[in-house]
Amino acid sequence: MTPVIPVLAAPEGEPLIRWDWIGRNLGGDIAESLTEHLVLSFTPVLLGLLIALPVGLACARWTRLYPPVLAATSVLYAVPAIGLFVIFVAFSGLTYTTVIVPLALYTLSVLVPSVVDGLRSVPDHVRQSAVAMGFGPLRRLVRVELPIAVPVLMAGLRVATVANISLVSVGALIGIGGLGQLMVKGMKWPGGGFTTPIIVAIVLIILLALVADLILLLVQRLLTPWQRAGRGRRAKAERAADAADAEASAPVPAEPEEAR
Amino acid sequence: MNAIWEALGWFGRSAQWTGADGIPNRLVEHLWYSLLAFALTVLIALPLGLVLGHLRRGRPAAAAGFLVLSSANAARALPTLGLLILAVILTSAGDLVPILIPLIALAIPPVLVNTYAGIQQVEGGLRDAAEGMGMTGRQVLLRVELPVALPLILLGLRTALIQIISTATIAAYVGLGGLGRYIVDGYSRQDYDSMAGGAILVILLAVLTQVAFAGLYRYAVSAGVRQRAAVS
Repeated sequence: MTPVIPVLAAPEGEPLIRWDWIGRNLGGDIAESLTEHLVLSFTPVLLGLLIALPVGLACARWTRLYPPVLAATSVLYAVPAIGLFVIFVAFSGLTYTTVIVPLALYTLSVLVPSVVDGLRSVPDHVRQSAVAMGFGPLRRLVRVELPIAVPVLMAGLRVATVANISLVSVGALIGIGGLGQLMVKGMKWPGGGFTTPIIVAIVLIILLALVADLILLLVQRLLTPWQRAGRGRRAKAERAADAADAEASAPVPAEPEEAR
Repeated sequence: MNAIWEALGWFGRSAQWTGADGIPNRLVEHLWYSLLAFALTVLIALPLGLVLGHLRRGRPAAAAGFLVLSSANAARALPTLGLLILAVILTSAGDLVPILIPLIALAIPPVLVNTYAGIQQVEGGLRDAAEGMGMTGRQVLLRVELPVALPLILLGLRTALIQIISTATIAAYVGLGGLGRYIVDGYSRQDYDSMAGGAILVILLAVLTQVAFAGLYRYAVSAGVRQRAAVS
């Protein structure tokens, strides 16, 4: 069977970007796709976060729960987005839900380990100090453990958000793709491929991801003021420690888990 | 849910198992593109990551490391579909090479970052001990740093291969063969059974890859390193 959709090369002499097309479609096509893209990429992040928090808390509290949950999330993480989109067409048809639910599941698979790792990063002496100061379990969680878990949690949230923003465009294969629709439109342009809408979509997606990442970074700084407060003093102490211990091993993991 | 059960009937049709559009042929096509792209990715990214991680001292190496890490973060934001379409429109359509380029470009960062980070994070004491035993730089890299960094490196390889498999599916949209054809052709024919069949096959392939890497981890990572990873 031959490919059903013919892909045509761009016509000879066609410029890479036609600025007049962008000007004419800025308010219409481009704005509409961008709005759809925002809805399709941020709803799953919110849903994923809302579910990952209780699941992660449960896994940190009842440690025997964690290995099976971790196995499930790691399998879920491997599943290609387009595969899940197609499967969910059977449940919710060609609606936003069909894109939002799989991306929420994907977000969940990134965030649950982040929540657990974050909670585990709370030093034992801090937890014990909180107990000694008379903090009950709930107050200890909200006032002590969760704030300390914020940096690890936010690292996961940033990965999931940026990945979601670029994954939404894959939904264009089933007709629900936000800015991905612009890419498809450029490909199927009558008379040959039209690069302008495709480049507009790619640039907007990268900008969107960049801005979202910066905002999350800013939120993290606001949520963890103590990380900046002690910096000068702590850096000095660290330098001293470094000098004593000729080569300190790098303690910061490089967010090795990668998105599809 | 019903639609999924009906789609399973799709696997039962005899037409699905022979010819150019049969499952065996599409599966072989998919594996061929994926493994080709994966092999090229590893050839480029693995040696680069090993060397950059090994040369961790000094300002140029630190700058290289920073570039490696930011490339990974930037790559996450790149929309695969757009790159594939752009590559095909700007070159001759239907060719394999323009499709392979985005596939490889997107798979390089996870391998590069994990190899670099894995080698770089090897404890200084281990490295000093190896040098003290008279090992040359190459021996330190291959006999000490590589085995210790292997868990992270395998994680990067796994991420890259799974990403290639899922991107190769999307590449059916711009004319590539493989399992994605069932999804793309099924969508344009409004044949949901074919779409679901393709989706199930791709999901199975990705999950099997994940499992295969778990097996590889047990086989290739030395017992001592595995234990340490479990403790920490």
